[in-house]
This record gives sequence, C-alpha cells and structure tokens, in this order.
Amino acid sequence: MHNENQSLIFELTKEGRVGYSLPELDVEDIDLSELLPEGSIREEAAELPEVAELDIMRHYTALSRRNHGVDSGFYPLGSCTMKYNPKINENVARISGFANIHPLQDESTVQGAMELLYNLQTSLVEITGMDEVTLQPAAGAHGEWTALMMIRAFHEANGEGHRNKVIVPDSAHGTNPASAAVAGFETITVKSNEDGLVDLDDLRRVVGEDTAALMLTNPNTLGLFEENIIEMADIIHSVGGKVYYDGANLNAVMSKARPGDMGFDCVHLNLHKTFTGPHGGGGPGSGPVGVKADLIPFLPKPVLVKKEDGTFHFDYDRPQAIGRVKPYYGNFGINVRAYTYIRTMGPEGLKEVTEYAVLNANYMMRRLEPYFDLPYNRHCKHEFVLSGRRQKKLGVRTLDMAKRLLDFGYHPPTIYFPLNVEEGMMIEPTETESKETLDAFCDAMIQIAKETEENPSIVQEAPHTTVVSRLDETRAARTPVLRYQKL
Amino acid sequence: MTHRYLPMTEIDKKEMLETIGINSIDELFSDIPEKVRFNGLYNIPKAKSESALLKELKQLAAKNSDTDANVSFLGAGIYNHYKPIIVDHVISRSEFYTAYTPYQPEISQGELQAIFEFQTMIAELTGMDLANSSMYDGGTSLAEAGMLAAAHTRRKKLLVSEAIHPEYRDVVATYAKGQSIEVVTIPTKDGVTDIESLKGLLDSDTAAVMVQYPNFFGQIEDIKTIGELAHDAKGLFVVSSNPLALGILTPPGKLGADITVGDAQPFGIPESFGGPYCGYFATTKQLMRKVPGRLVGETVDQEGRRGFVLTLQAREQHIRREKATSNICSNQALLALASSVAMTALGKKGVQEMAKQNIVKTRFAKNAFEAAGFEVPFQGAHFNEIVVKTKKSVQEINKNLLEKGIIGGFDLGRVYPDLENHVLIAVTELRTKEEIESLVAEMGAYNA
Repeated sequence: MHNENQSLIFELTKEGRVGYSLPELDVEDIDLSELLPEGSIREEAAELPEVAELDIMRHYTALSRRNHGVDSGFYPLGSCTMKYNPKINENVARISGFANIHPLQDESTVQGAMELLYNLQTSLVEITGMDEVTLQPAAGAHGEWTALMMIRAFHEANGEGHRNKVIVPDSAHGTNPASAAVAGFETITVKSNEDGLVDLDDLRRVVGEDTAALMLTNPNTLGLFEENIIEMADIIHSVGGKVYYDGANLNAVMSKARPGDMGFDCVHLNLHKTFTGPHGGGGPGSGPVGVKADLIPFLPKPVLVKKEDGTFHFDYDRPQAIGRVKPYYGNFGINVRAYTYIRTMGPEGLKEVTEYAVLNANYMMRRLEPYFDLPYNRHCKHEFVLSGRRQKKLGVRTLDMAKRLLDFGYHPPTIYFPLNVEEGMMIEPTETESKETLDAFCDAMIQIAKETEENPSIVQEAPHTTVVSRLDETRAARTPVLRYQKL
Repeated sequence: MTHRYLPMTEIDKKEMLETIGINSIDELFSDIPEKVRFNGLYNIPKAKSESALLKELKQLAAKNSDTDANVSFLGAGIYNHYKPIIVDHVISRSEFYTAYTPYQPEISQGELQAIFEFQTMIAELTGMDLANSSMYDGGTSLAEAGMLAAAHTRRKKLLVSEAIHPEYRDVVATYAKGQSIEVVTIPTKDGVTDIESLKGLLDSDTAAVMVQYPNFFGQIEDIKTIGELAHDAKGLFVVSSNPLALGILTPPGKLGADITVGDAQPFGIPESFGGPYCGYFATTKQLMRKVPGRLVGETVDQEGRRGFVLTLQAREQHIRREKATSNICSNQALLALASSVAMTALGKKGVQEMAKQNIVKTRFAKNAFEAAGFEVPFQGAHFNEIVVKTKKSVQEINKNLLEKGIIGGFDLGRVYPDLENHVLIAVTELRTKEEIESLVAEMGAYNA
C-alpha cells in the first residue's frame, strides 16, 4: 500500500475535461425552457467531477490499492464467511441474457432467468429442508424481517395477533432484535449458560402465550452447535410460537444438519456468505427465506412457480401474502452467482465445504489455545471465539492485537462480538484457505501474544505499515463531515 | 474428491486431525444430535466442470430476450442507459468486490473514500445536505423514509401519491404494516398528483407526503406546492427521484424535500432482471442522526492525515440492536461504487447532456406518436417517459413488436385499472431517431 496523500476525485477536477461518450443527438434539439415549466430547470449544475477516462481509472485503481479483499489476503472475519469468490460466477452474471434483461419484460421472454431462479429455489429447499423458498429479500436482515412479517401474518390469521414477543439469545446478531422491532415485535433476551449455549431453564421462563417466535443461529455466534435444539424447538412449539433459523452460519452445517429437520419453521440464508456471492465492500447480498408448509400462504408476492406445461410463472394471486418486500424479484445477479456456485460444487462438494470449514476452525483453535484464553473448550463448528483477557491484564487490548494483525497483511477477526465474551476475537477461516495460510496466520497471532509480553508498545501503537494510522473516530462522530465541500 | 476451491490434501487432513487430537472429521460433528443429523448427500445436480457449466448457463441465458439484442422502450423505474465501459473495469477490481464492510478503516480507505465520494455526488444531485452509503433499492429506501418520518413526527399516517411506482408503494405498505402505520393513496389527475385531493387528506396525523419526481408516468410534479402543503400540516416531505433527471431538474432539496430517495440504477447499473440496484437516501442535517444504514465520515489519523471511517454508528443495529433506526446491515456498496464511477465519467457536463437527451428524444417520440394518430393523454412536462393510448391490448402489441426485435413499453393496465390499453414508453439517450420511428410505425400498423 502506498503511503501518499490520496486526492478526492473532486480535487482532480479541471473544467473542460470529460470522461464520457454519449450518442450524438439525432433528433431536433429543443431549448429546454420550451419543454419544462418555469422554475423546474436547476439554476446551479450539480458539482460532479470533470476528469478524463485515464484519470478516473488511475483514481479508482489507487483507491483499490488502499483496500483489502479476500483476493488480497486472508480474511478470517468471524460470522462473515469470507471465502473465495469464484471467478466463473462473475462471468456468468455478466452474460448478456442475464445482465441485460428488464424485470418487467413479458414472462415468455425471460423463461431462462426464471428457470434459473426456480432451480435455485429448489436447491435451497433441499439444502435447508424447508418446503418452499422465496428469493426476494435483498440481504440477511431483509430476510429476517420478511420471515418475521410472515410469522406475524400467520399468528394474525389464526386469531393470535396478541403474540408480540420475539425471543433472541444474548449472543444473537444485532440484526435479529432490530428486524424484530421493524416487524413490530418486542424483543426478549434469553441468557446463555456456562457452556455458551442457550439456557433452557431461562428459555422456559420467558416463553408464554405472547411468544411469537424464537430467533436462533445454529451453530451460535460462539461457533458452538446448540445441541439442545430439539428441546428448544419443543419449548417454543408447545406455547404456539415459531422457531426461526438465522442462516448466517450455515457454512458450518451444510450436508450435516438441515434447519428443517432440526425443528425450525423458517430460515433465511445469506447467499453472499455461504454461497460465495461476493461481499462487494458491504453489499449487495441476497437473503432468501425458506418456510415450512404452514407459512407458505404468507410468502411475499410474487411467488415463482412452475406450471404444468413446464413454463415458469410469477404468481400474484396470493390473498394471504404479506405483500411485496422489494420491487421486482430480489437481487437476481447475486442469485445467479449463488446458483453457479451450487452447480460448481455439487452434493459432494458442498459436504466437503462444511467438513473442511469446520476442520480448519478446529485446527486453528487448537494451535492458538496455548497462547490465548479459550472460554468454551469444546469442538467448535466453522468459527471459534478467543478471549484477549490474558493480554488485557498486560495492558494490550483485543483492538490493539487486531490492529497489529494489519501489519502482517491480514484482515483481523471480528472483535468484541459476541457480547458475552470479554475482549472477544471471533475467527472464521473458511474452507477455501490452505493449511499454509492457516499456519502463517497462527504464527502471526502467536508472535503478537509474545510481543504483548515482551514489547507491548509495538502492539499498542499498531498498525505501523498501513496507509493511515488509527483514525480519530470520536472526531468523525462529533463533527460529522459526510460530504466533500469545495473550499 | 478434489476441487479447485478446496486446497485440503490428505496429508493436511492427517496433520490437522493429529493437532486437534481426533481420528476423523466426523468426530467434530458429534455434537449434532443423531435425530437431526443429515446423513448422505443433498439431492441436487452433480458438480459440473467449469467449461461444461459455463456452456449450460450460456444456453439458459440465450432463452431470454435481452436489451442488447433487442431495442427496448421499457422503463417504469429501470432504464436501458449508456453505461460507460470503465464502470465494469473498476468494479471488477477484486480489492473492491471481495472486501467486506469497511469496519477496519486502516485497510479499507479505498472503499471508504469511494463511498464518501458517492455520498457527495448524491447530495449534489438531490440538493440535500447529506446522503448515506446506499440502500437495497429505490423501493425499500422509500419505505425507510416513511418509517423515519413516522418515528420523527410520532404520527401514524403516510400520504402516498398514486403516481409513485406501484411496486414501491407495495413495499411501503408492507413496511408500514409492521409498524402499524396507515398508508393512504393520493389520487392523480391528468397524470400528476391531485393537489386538491391532497389538501383534503392532510391532517394532524400525517407523518409525510410522498411523491415521485418525475413520477411513474414520466410527468414532472409540482413538488414545490406539494412540499409546502406537507409542511403546513407539519408533516415531512419525501420525494422519490430518478437521479439522472436531477441533472437538469431543480433538485428536491431546493424545493422543500426533507428526504429524497431513489435508485441510482440509471448510473452504470445493468437492468439485471430486478437487481442488484442501488437505493440512495439523502436528507437534511436536522434528520442526520435518524438516517438508516451506514454513513462514511471524514476524519484524521494520528499523524493528521485525512482518512475516512464509518461514523454515527450509534444509529445502527450492531450497536443499538432493537433501538436502531433500521435493521439494515448489508447494503449495495458495490453498486454505489458502480454509480460513482458512472457519475464521475459523465461528470458535470455529461449528466446534463444525458438528461437533456432523454427529454428531447422523448418529446420527439411524443410528437411522432401524435402525428401517427395516437392519443397521448397526459400533456404535462415529461422526463423520459410518456403514456400512449392504444386501441388493442398492450400485451398483443408488445408480442407483435418483439417479433420485430423491439421490447415494448410497460402495460399500465396491469396495475392501473383505469389505464387499460395504455402503454408507458421510455425513451433514453440510447434510442435512435430511426428506432423511435420504427416503434411508432410498428405500433401504428397494428393499432389500426
């Protein structure tokens, strides 16, 4: 990475330069004042940049060199499943017959796209053990909210609209309670026990006739499989609630256990995690929702179906549907990538994905165990959580160790999450990393643990090699500067 | 089995199992109760080689009629525009597309700065104080604006113009249901929001008035007047806007909008059968701390160098959980980058020229339709769409057009019962005079 001052694109502007090539206007030109009412033409032009094409390319190339992606190096960011993003996926999504079709074209002209979506739905039904899948939600949180709206509609249809409580474990992703709130529910938190699993007694205590649903990630955010899942589902079902599976961690159990078989009534998946649709610097995602039969009537409109004649059709005649959750049919381009991935891996491949993701995580956990505290000492699934409390006593925080990892060329693990681990570091290697990569990362972690004892300031003052040092986040929040202003 | 994405070898496996102190991978899954364990393999198609799969998927794609091989006059929210080729080269740089959310700013300065530039460009076009880092799409962004308005005003009613994209209105209705917010439709008159009806609907429980500019029929609404009415009733004024049109039109921020939302798809994003697109969300300083989603802010590092971070995160779900301003986490960052590159390439002049071409070419099409005897019912100022009345069913006309390699306009009768046999024709800068004339001629021949 280059340690130079990086200009903003607006600072490269010079009046008179252009970076575009619009078609010639081949109809009669008309003065806009003849076509638009008075006052509707803007008086000041929008201050967009004026730069030539090479300058644009150099600008963004320079920015890309100030950014770390999976292709740049190891990215063991827990809960985010930063696996390799296959290149064939990118090519397929850009095929003109997929990239250049309009969502409102007549169905007869987009049967190929609908067939792909239908096949993806069918594969996800099999993978999740559910009865039906919608591909519409744009991301994981959107899927959570979609499913909760369905649960709400289900209870209302049964005359049980009073069910207004959604239960989430204290280790849950932040989106769970937030999605519950947007769907109009109150959140109740259930505690974890000393093994890092949901405390069944506490769960029994909080359920009741107002329970709408339990939201659960399995394995949970500690990377531990909730082995009491059958009892938990029974507890919720016995009071008439629904059990929701947050599929963020599906990479841990693909081909080993299906949410539908574990007693879950609905599930969202993150196709941008387990199924390789790239993260894109924060998005786009795709968050399909799978449901059991009794929730099918509430699926958002439209529902993609295959007709008897073998053609595909968007069904809008769904009187109990929750409505539309998104214009059109979801993030199609990401769904194309996920489908390409599933077809690339096949059934044997997906099984190996999970086995190697879990093997890699356990291997790293055991290599690092002597040097860091391991709050829950049992086999993990696809990720594990270390505690930095031993290092904290020496004056080095987990944040410092994360920043020190940057000097070794690694993206740090997820830190300070889940909330129930002091100074937590959540490490998820994924299956696409080689043993050499895992070993090199472990060596770096071990070196940092030693530095903490011998030379803590090198860790406390890290990073030393990045294009900027630690940034003043307090200043950013106190005096927000959210856009460039020409001086 | 060996797979090109899985570097594990038998020797690796053996060494790793030894380190863990177990004999087989199966032992790692022993905590899954027998009763729920999935044994065997998924019943999905067998894996295919790279070349065989590519061939199969190309054949599947070939079943679709795309807007590259055909001439498209279909818009209705998503448009067939000039996409600077440079856009795809930039977003194909894997440092961008294989990165996660920039939570570690020291190694994410590229993404953070690109988003900061996006926020600036959207703020410039909309005339608003600030914009966020992106939303899923224009529809969910509009719904979030409605939720913000209700929370901010502590009122429970949204007045939504009938001339807003019907699918956007549907999404607003779904979100509103979750929050027990009432949605009331403001009728239209002559293809624009009926101001007299609006006056009758405004009351002390109105959280926001929501309109589209230009609206779903391509007409340019009098948003200044509508905004004043909303504010007189102490509600917020929310405008959904095609950002390309704002290259020419007076921006909502100058006409009283409290929140401007929309989709940046016209800037460099392919039609892609419904997504991914790029919702944007722009607002005033007053509402800054209530904005949904991620915001990038400027700051300095320890040496005083300029840098960028995600900021005001106390609004967001990972900090505030059930008290967050929204549940949004993943957004559309890569598409925001695509739009930024397109807005940069078009630049100050190009965005005006492109917007103007849309207006002038649409006017050319309007004149041509009228000259050929078609009625164009809405005669107000337009951007890049017009409504044309037909004698035969739009579906039949479009079927006929497709045989000539033309993708016809949107059949308004599908969603507006009063507008049966009315078609919404979109004319962008990409449509040539010849193509427009050919559309009118083909429709005319069939309309007799």
